[in-house]
Amino acid sequence: MRTRAIVSRQLSQRVAFGLLVLATIIVVVPALLIILKIVISGAGTIGWEFLTQPPSQAGKAGGIFPAIVGTFYLMLGTFVFSLPIGVMAGIYLAEYAPRNWLTRAINMAIINLAGVPSIVYGLFGLGVFVLALNLGMSLLAATLTLACQALAMTITTSREAILAVPREYREGSLAIGATKWQTVRHLILPQARPGIITGAVLAMSRAAGETAPILVVGAAFLMRGLPQSPSDQFMALAYHLYTVAAHVPGMPKDTIWAVALVLLVVVLSFNVLATIIRLRTRQRRYG
Amino acid sequence: MNTDQMFFNKRNAQSNRAKLRTEKVNLYYGDFQALRDISLEIPGRAITAVIGPSGCGKSSFLRLFNRMNDLIPGARVEGHVEIDGVPIYDSSIDVVELRKMVGMVFQKPNPFPMSVFENVAFGPRRHGIKNRIELEDIVERALHRAVLWEEVKDKLDQSAFALSGGQQQRLCIARVLAVEPEVILMDEPCSALDPVATLKIEDLMRSLAENYTIVIVTHNMQQAARVSDMAAFLMMEEDRAGVLVEYGVTSQIFTKPKDKRTEDYITGRFG
Amino acid sequence: MTKQSASAAAAEGLEKNLRRRWRFGERIIEGWVFLTGLLAIAVLLGIVVLLLKEGVPIFFHTPPWEFFFGTKWYPVSEPPTFGIMPFFVSTLMVTLVATAIAVPVGVGCAAYLAEVATPRVRETAKPLIELLAGIPSVVMGLIGLMLLSPLVQSIFNLPTGLCGLTAGIMLSLMSLPIIVSVSEDALRAVPDEFRQAAYALGATRWEVIKYVSIPAALSGVAAAIMLGVGRAIGETMTVLMVAGGALAVPHSPTEPMTPMTAAIASGIGNAVKGGLQYQALFAIGLILFIMTLAVNLIADKVLERQKQKFAR
Repeated sequence: MRTRAIVSRQLSQRVAFGLLVLATIIVVVPALLIILKIVISGAGTIGWEFLTQPPSQAGKAGGIFPAIVGTFYLMLGTFVFSLPIGVMAGIYLAEYAPRNWLTRAINMAIINLAGVPSIVYGLFGLGVFVLALNLGMSLLAATLTLACQALAMTITTSREAILAVPREYREGSLAIGATKWQTVRHLILPQARPGIITGAVLAMSRAAGETAPILVVGAAFLMRGLPQSPSDQFMALAYHLYTVAAHVPGMPKDTIWAVALVLLVVVLSFNVLATIIRLRTRQRRYG
Repeated sequence: MNTDQMFFNKRNAQSNRAKLRTEKVNLYYGDFQALRDISLEIPGRAITAVIGPSGCGKSSFLRLFNRMNDLIPGARVEGHVEIDGVPIYDSSIDVVELRKMVGMVFQKPNPFPMSVFENVAFGPRRHGIKNRIELEDIVERALHRAVLWEEVKDKLDQSAFALSGGQQQRLCIARVLAVEPEVILMDEPCSALDPVATLKIEDLMRSLAENYTIVIVTHNMQQAARVSDMAAFLMMEEDRAGVLVEYGVTSQIFTKPKDKRTEDYITGRFG
Repeated sequence: MTKQSASAAAAEGLEKNLRRRWRFGERIIEGWVFLTGLLAIAVLLGIVVLLLKEGVPIFFHTPPWEFFFGTKWYPVSEPPTFGIMPFFVSTLMVTLVATAIAVPVGVGCAAYLAEVATPRVRETAKPLIELLAGIPSVVMGLIGLMLLSPLVQSIFNLPTGLCGLTAGIMLSLMSLPIIVSVSEDALRAVPDEFRQAAYALGATRWEVIKYVSIPAALSGVAAAIMLGVGRAIGETMTVLMVAGGALAVPHSPTEPMTPMTAAIASGIGNAVKGGLQYQALFAIGLILFIMTLAVNLIADKVLERQKQKFAR
């Protein structure tokens, strides 16, 4: 009798574990399949011309060079506008802010700011940068909008990287007569640097992949030239992909996959870079 | 007058007043009183040990002298704390300058994640010394004084973490010495070290005492008896506030304690 | 000079030495750092203020009750009507589909990785899950559009595969990484002593997971689910490309629909700046903001409490 009970319990365990494995497969496999499909379907159209020529025939032929350049401008701008401010704000919250309810509320607010839908950031960018500051539907407005979105992430990453630096270092430094800022600048920031850079790289990756804010703030679909100044219009890979996939009748499918492939390569290479930085530091610290 | 008292008087006579002095000092962390009514005078160029059972506030007392308690939100000091007659809790005092003068070595060696050289050079660099030759000079002198030079002179550019525990602690001492303090506070500096390293540090302490004022917190009574000139015995009262039970020349404290509580602690009846 | 005045002079010299320095550089830095902290707050407040400023005026045209529960969204008719029920129900529907798929799958995967999988398997799975998280939403929308929707169309025999179901499935893929990640953290935070007590009583591994680990980690898992829901609610591109774009209140996930995010994205291009449709879209943005904020705040609270529960 007892034996049968044990057998049935072991059977339920087998079934349950089978389901758990299935769940894991469902989580893990789609990413591979998606990437595989995009590579297979898109690689054929990628060539030197595709990457370096502007679009023609309403985007159905030619290349996507302006979109690639536009995306890199967006990434660069996001980095430039969000990293310095994000790091300083992170330093303030980690080292200088008094421990009271206000600081805690600010921390909460920033963490939740990261969860705000990107379309809402788009509205914010429209209202503030495009209209109120009269920047128009320009590269600058879009960059600033994406930078605001990235700000929440860079602040949080910087703050956590700084807080992760052991307390003993701070004490040791202050106890020999270094000022607070000297301690931060010469001891804590160098230690926190990898974490901060990882956050910045991830923010750039996100800026490359975001479409919704640009949709609202206004990217161009077809441009022959490159934006010459921040107040010009611009093309962007993510937006281009959306448009050719959903709004151009008669678009050759291969081209769509090719655009997706280029976008994927840009985004994922930055993600991989961030992971490498993260792993390399862990090795260096504990190796 | 026995030799010990003559010793004490001679030390004090050199400066005409105690190097460090507290008068009715109370320390609070928020509502909690950590130290009550502590008054004593610590002589210059000598080693003073602060002993007592765990939790009685020895470290907190030590940190009065370099105002490291200021870093704890809610910490409040009442009473007088003076160095060379100068009240250091006065609002006109610059804490950073104070900490140059009063250095601290911690319980667990905490070298910076840098090379040996950079560790020792950190303090002087922050205080404005940029000339490489000057820095090398200062670093070498500090490492000599910390009795570490011979062991690391070929490893100056290696990571400080490559050193043994005892070496790291001596490195931390060298780091403090490099900023030319007058007082060195040591918070259980040997408790994380093996006996051999401990003895080396104790020898180092005695040689440093010729030029620096040293205050050491230790829970190791034998160490206090071996190393210090003066000893202060702190204890926790029922409300967990630390009070000074007895203070005097070390040999007297350990052989003829005046207070029964001191005697009980020394003989191991508690603590 | 007497000994007295000599040491007095020494003391005065010392005092001067120790006297407070102005430390100009330090002050400037502190001020700078503080200002940037303020700037960050300003952005957050700015979002709220802007949404309120541009969105609230619509409620003077359409009372809130009518706005929220109205089912007719005709911004260009004379007179225009703004009822967002179609969008709200669409959001609910796709989120429900996404959650119904992502929760069992995600929690199951988390349980497997945290409790059963060997470290090698975990090391291989984690990067792949991060990969999934890194795929941009427009790419997910593309996959849904080109691959999934024809499939759904044929399986369910629908006039079009662009419907809530397809959107929900793609959304579930996008919320999976965060659900798995946070749930796994929650499960690993459960002290091992709990499990060992159960093993000592003769429980099988699965029984330990089912009756000990998961219940103990429940609040963390709940937080994970909420974060996944927040992600699904806020997602724009995928639903824009795949959910169908119909303006009526949907009655089943197999109908084409327009969640709130898509409504804003598709409408904002045509809206006259400052006009009624513009205000209405901002109002939808405001509601979205409040919804995701609420979900994230609750999730944070729950995670804080779980951390305290197991803090030793």
